[in-house]
Amino acid sequence: MSEDVKKFLYVNRKAPYGTIYALESLEVVLIGAAFDQDVSLAFLDDGVFQLTRGQDTTGIGMKNFSPTFRALGDYDVTKLYVERESLEERGLSADDLQEIMYEDEDDDWAEKPSIRIVSRAEMADIFAEQDVVLSF
Amino acid sequence: MKFGVVVSEGPYTHQASDTAYHFVVSALEAGHEVPRVFFYHDGVNVGTRLSVPPQDERNIQAQWTDLAARHKIDLVVCIAAAQRRGILDENEATRQGKDANNIAEGFRISGLGQLIEMGIQTDRLLMFGD
Repeated sequence: MSEDVKKFLYVNRKAPYGTIYALESLEVVLIGAAFDQDVSLAFLDDGVFQLTRGQDTTGIGMKNFSPTFRALGDYDVTKLYVERESLEERGLSADDLQEIMYEDEDDDWAEKPSIRIVSRAEMADIFAEQDVVLSF
Repeated sequence: MKFGVVVSEGPYTHQASDTAYHFVVSALEAGHEVPRVFFYHDGVNVGTRLSVPPQDERNIQAQWTDLAARHKIDLVVCIAAAQRRGILDENEATRQGKDANNIAEGFRISGLGQLIEMGIQTDRLLMFGD
């Protein structure tokens, strides 16, 4: 890995609607993808709701930006870490999340899931590995 | 050490921009470098020159403008966040057909790439928010 590549972690802690943090976090991720850094996303606390399937925002007059997560693979953003305890505390499981896949160029473009469910302890290790942590 | 600073909450409502300011002042006094401060989310509201706080209160925008001039700090307001919240410079006001602009001296409007670049080029990136 070249010296210019840093490990960036975008931490998503807030529900997708109600505040603008989730949407503006995603905007940073999409712009940041152009910089060829080693990018990961973390979803914890109410941030796990950002990835839930079947979001319908018609009643609140907000743009439903959840389909954008499925496009992240095209931007080489393929590591979406979701904290298991945060899911469980909210009565959610992996089945409640949308399916987000990427094509692994190092494995004959095999389709693989981008979402990785990790424990709170594993999440701490992921944080510790990073060079730059942006918290939203 | 070279610090990058992000302010992601609005002035007066939230302590974030004040804490960031005090951090930058202290870091500079201690001999560190702060080449850029990036304003995001409601933090972009720090960059309006039209705020008029009571005279016995601090003027957050003026504090940043003054500090930036003395230490050559690049104060960058995120364009996407700024447009949503009505923070415009002359170019943007013209481009968007608006009748006024409000960006304060020492601040400039630019893209999110400036935030990523700051993360790459500094030793530590600090985010002041909620």
